[in-house]
Amino acid sequence: MTRYVLRRLGLLLLTLLVASALIFALTSVLPGNVGRIILGPFASAKAVANLNHQLGLDQPVWERYGEWLWGIVRGDWGKSLALEVPILPLVATRLLRSLGLALFSLVLLVPTALAAGVVAARRQGGLFDRLVSVVGLAIGAIPEFVTGVFLIFIFGLWLKILPVQALPQGPAGLGAYLLHLLMPAAALTLLLFAYLFRMTRAGMVEALAADYTRTAVLKGLPERVVILRHVLRNGVLPTITVIGAQLGWMVGGLVVVETLFQYPGIGSLIEYAAVNRDIPLLTGCSLVITFVFACSNLIADLVYAALNPRVRHALGERA
Amino acid sequence: MRWASALEAVRRAPTLAVGALMLLTWVVTALGAQWIAPYTAVQLNLQAVLAAPSAAHWFGTDQYGRDVLSRVLYGGFYALSIAPAATLLGLVLGGAIGLVTAYFGCWVDEVVMRLLDAVMAFPIVVLALLALTALGPSLVNVIMVIGFVFAPLIARTVRAAALAEVRKEYVQAARLRGEHLPYILLREILPNVKGPLVVEGTIRLGYAVFTSATLGFLGLGVQPPTPDWGLMVSDNRNMLTTAPWTVLFPALAIAFVVVAISLLADGLEELTAR
Amino acid sequence: MSAPLLDIRGLTVTYRRRRDAVTAVRDVSLAIRPGEAYGLVGESGCGKSTVAMALLGYLPRNGRLDQGEIRFEGRDIARMGPAELRALRGARIAIVYQNPGSALNPSLPVGRQVAEVYRYHARMGWREAHEAAAAMLERVRIADPRRVMRQYPYQLSGGMQQRAVIAMALAGDPALLVLDEPTTALDTTVQAEILELFDGLRAELDAALLFISHNLGVVRHVCDRMGVMYAGELVEQGGADALFAAPRHPYTAALIGCVPDFGVVKHERPLASIPGTLPDAAALPSGCAFAARCPIAQARCRTDHPPLEVLDGARLSRCWFARDTPAPDAGIYADEPPQAASAQESPVFFSVRDVHVRFGAVPILRGIDLDLRAGRTFGLVGESGSGKSTLARVLTGLSAPSEGSLELDGGRLSEKAAGRTAAARRALQMVFQSPDTTLNPSHRVAHILRRAVRVLSGLRGDALRARARELLKEVALGDEVEPRAPAQLSGGQRQRVAIARAFAGDPRLVILDEPTSALDVSVQAAILNLLIVLQRRSGVAYIFISHDLAVVRYVSDRIGVMYLGEIVEEGPTEAVFGGPHHPYTEALIAAVPHLRAAPAQSAVRLRGQSPGPARRPAGCPFHTRCHRVRSGCAEREPPWRDAGGGHHIRCWISVEELTCVQAGHDKQ
Repeated sequence: MTRYVLRRLGLLLLTLLVASALIFALTSVLPGNVGRIILGPFASAKAVANLNHQLGLDQPVWERYGEWLWGIVRGDWGKSLALEVPILPLVATRLLRSLGLALFSLVLLVPTALAAGVVAARRQGGLFDRLVSVVGLAIGAIPEFVTGVFLIFIFGLWLKILPVQALPQGPAGLGAYLLHLLMPAAALTLLLFAYLFRMTRAGMVEALAADYTRTAVLKGLPERVVILRHVLRNGVLPTITVIGAQLGWMVGGLVVVETLFQYPGIGSLIEYAAVNRDIPLLTGCSLVITFVFACSNLIADLVYAALNPRVRHALGERA
Repeated sequence: MRWASALEAVRRAPTLAVGALMLLTWVVTALGAQWIAPYTAVQLNLQAVLAAPSAAHWFGTDQYGRDVLSRVLYGGFYALSIAPAATLLGLVLGGAIGLVTAYFGCWVDEVVMRLLDAVMAFPIVVLALLALTALGPSLVNVIMVIGFVFAPLIARTVRAAALAEVRKEYVQAARLRGEHLPYILLREILPNVKGPLVVEGTIRLGYAVFTSATLGFLGLGVQPPTPDWGLMVSDNRNMLTTAPWTVLFPALAIAFVVVAISLLADGLEELTAR
Repeated sequence: MSAPLLDIRGLTVTYRRRRDAVTAVRDVSLAIRPGEAYGLVGESGCGKSTVAMALLGYLPRNGRLDQGEIRFEGRDIARMGPAELRALRGARIAIVYQNPGSALNPSLPVGRQVAEVYRYHARMGWREAHEAAAAMLERVRIADPRRVMRQYPYQLSGGMQQRAVIAMALAGDPALLVLDEPTTALDTTVQAEILELFDGLRAELDAALLFISHNLGVVRHVCDRMGVMYAGELVEQGGADALFAAPRHPYTAALIGCVPDFGVVKHERPLASIPGTLPDAAALPSGCAFAARCPIAQARCRTDHPPLEVLDGARLSRCWFARDTPAPDAGIYADEPPQAASAQESPVFFSVRDVHVRFGAVPILRGIDLDLRAGRTFGLVGESGSGKSTLARVLTGLSAPSEGSLELDGGRLSEKAAGRTAAARRALQMVFQSPDTTLNPSHRVAHILRRAVRVLSGLRGDALRARARELLKEVALGDEVEPRAPAQLSGGQRQRVAIARAFAGDPRLVILDEPTSALDVSVQAAILNLLIVLQRRSGVAYIFISHDLAVVRYVSDRIGVMYLGEIVEEGPTEAVFGGPHHPYTEALIAAVPHLRAAPAQSAVRLRGQSPGPARRPAGCPFHTRCHRVRSGCAEREPPWRDAGGGHHIRCWISVEELTCVQAGHDKQ
């Protein structure tokens, strides 16, 4: 098992390396003179050339990549052009806030989607199943900022039961924080709910129809035991892997939701960087987001390997 | 006979019918925007700034006095021009990669999958964000970026479906006859992955609308005064309390279209699964 | 005579479909006494599995028990509530299904799954239940039960998995054990072990058995009484021995005639076949359900529905002319007369020279040498892991060998199909196993055949279409099949189209990889007859690969026996089966369940399991399981021994000695 973990970590590093190259390419090498992009179409050619030189853009690509990469590893991520502060500490604080929001969303999302999927599968074709499927499907297709707008309008402005700002104004306890975060988290949750629900439902349906479930029923086991011990294990397993992949969408959703609710997380930071053409900041944010995403996929894979005896043994035997 | 089976399809998958109807509404209004819209999308009327919905302006006006209804209708035309093109690009690219890599297997498969994994290591929005910043926002760039970003996901689905077919005996029989690669991929395998491909394509279409609206919202799509729905929501979001119609109607339009496509995709999936 | 344990009366089950209802079981009545073994046979669609499901109260949602009673130990199962059913299942009635791998939960250790029965039915604590489970696993002859209990299902072989499932079933000490095709998914030798297990268990337990199968030989071996089902009805019932000796229903007789009982060869008689197809279960005919396909049907049969009549003693038959039923080997069931054995040797035209296939370091095929003669059938026999399918792929060019060559008419053949000349591709074709995946589901039959003709024989236009139609006729299919898609054809029809496709270019060699394994007995018989007729007409040679020894013996002129990637015995069919044989062949022969008189038990059983190509034993690869192993077998690889008449055996034991020791065992 340890060899598998090590191998996956190695793969993670490789992926990050490739990703970093891609990020670097997109931000520094692609068509589009970087200096021109930053300064806009009205700046003079000389100003552009100066900026390019300042940013070290007239060096060969490999050198620039190597220098940049070395800087990243050392912890020197440069300074934001627009905000003029060091990037790494800024990105770090923002990341933590975003992770808090994401965690809250997951806590809302995962239990409800799993429970709903299990219940729907038990009563396939019933009212609950069809209702949740269609409604979840419909809402899940809507971009987060749209749901966010609707949520703000309905709960914040019309019914006035939830605060519209994402952060409390003064010092506040955990309860107040969570209340303020409720709408942004709900916007994220609603998006992913449909997909997780369907995966769970499909996995459960397949498990319920499986031969081993028939065996369990025909052994005369109580229904509770059949569902809890025989069906759930196999039915929910595919969903676990999917959760890892869903985090990718969540990250994208974070960008939009934070921008809409003006929450000072990494999502709104990267949007700011993009709109203001702040290349170094954009690069830094992209790196961090990619890293978090890749890590969450890795964790999901490891969890799956730990839960699936066949994979676990195959890996154990390799040693 | 054809009508009977169409009716049957509607009965078995009502979501398909509803989705198709909604989608048709969008396409018709979008294509006919020129003739249906009471005003143009950029017509200023500084006399009636931020006017609430009324007989003259069904959806009200925004801060420049532009008619929101007309902007929403023209926005539909704009969305119609992006989403299908981007989806088609993704389907062709992703489909080709998926088929080829599934057929050859072994090292080709490994290499391609690793590459795809690396690209998919990026959350889509971040990738699109980076690419558009580098390339500059424009209609063509948005289409290309969305298409290229979707290709790996489509390739995965096509590959999974094709893998199941490649091992089957009719493919072996074709190889035994000495059939060439293009024939095997296109005439033997492709017809049997049609189902998942169509469903995936429809889902991608929905996501294309989703993504282009999101990019518009983030300010990375086309620039004002082009009536992009996402851009309209973003521009006017500060006026949600004072003039909600400027935000709500574009938001509803987005919701309408993506829900329509989702229902359509769901109905198609039900039909092809049986 | 004791009261019946199970008394089914007038059972009728229908399945609701979208537009109509299908009658799966029609007015079936049967009784099983305590401790008795009753076999229920029939082909797909006859309703036997539905009877089993109804028995357990486990019909699917759209299934409905329209009429009838199922009295078990006095109570009617059909009227029981869920709590009563739960108390019954696993405790009084237990069931063993076909595929043991999927019947076991992949996420739970095997021991836990067996212990569960003790815990919930005998109300034991977990520790006690595990102890009891270990004891039961030992009773089903699993060596080292404690280790097996900790393992997961995927870590066990098919035979071990089925034993675990049987242990689970017996754990509740049931009065009735239902077995639905329990050995169909297993290798023949493993099947023989499981059947032997049943023999042993029946002596110990007093459970009654309901054994459901399409394999007549297996049912013959296990059961005291038998019932034959057709189109949802019971058409004949009686003592197993008496029924096989003298069937009293044309369907039963035809069914028995369809099976190539071990020892029958193609020169003696053609296999019986049953023309036509099953009646549509949604629109059953008013008269006898079998009338449309029956060789002795009269006018009355088509109008009046025959009841189940009592013939002398314990025999029941649903036929107006039961006593006139012709014997199974009567010519009336077959279409064509038998093919006389041809006297002269035909020339060798295709050779396999020293072919090796390795996946990395693991040898899959070693040193395969074959010579094929025109117009003859070479049968290749082996169990799973023997490498016979890999060999088929190498011969057709779908896989390239690691070493060795193939020669056609003396000229070397390219290793990959794509690299061969058009003539070579025409000459060498293949028919595959699964009728479901052998035809492209998106293509219509017309396109499938025309494409094959176009590519392989280069015809165009009208000549092309005419040839495609001609091919269909040759495989006894009518023109109405042309516009259909594979999904609209039956399994037998699909396989015929696949055969037609292989013959599109007038091949000289057709490789058939388990072509009939997935088909019903009567369909298999028809396909085998067809293949023999086609061979006679066109002079094509066959390589017939199968795990079914009886089928291979029936169709082949020469036989090769494979074990772990090597050919261990080769020769003319009757020489190989008549003896002397390689010890592995001996064990294979002993494992075949017979239809006629049950043979004296030769008790040749293989030890252990196949080690698999990755853990190939040194010396003779078979020595780890050989019942005649001696010192020296593990050291060096055995030489080829000549047993005369082109018969070769690869064994350390001399031919004389083999002849001597094997003569004691009964040979068919």
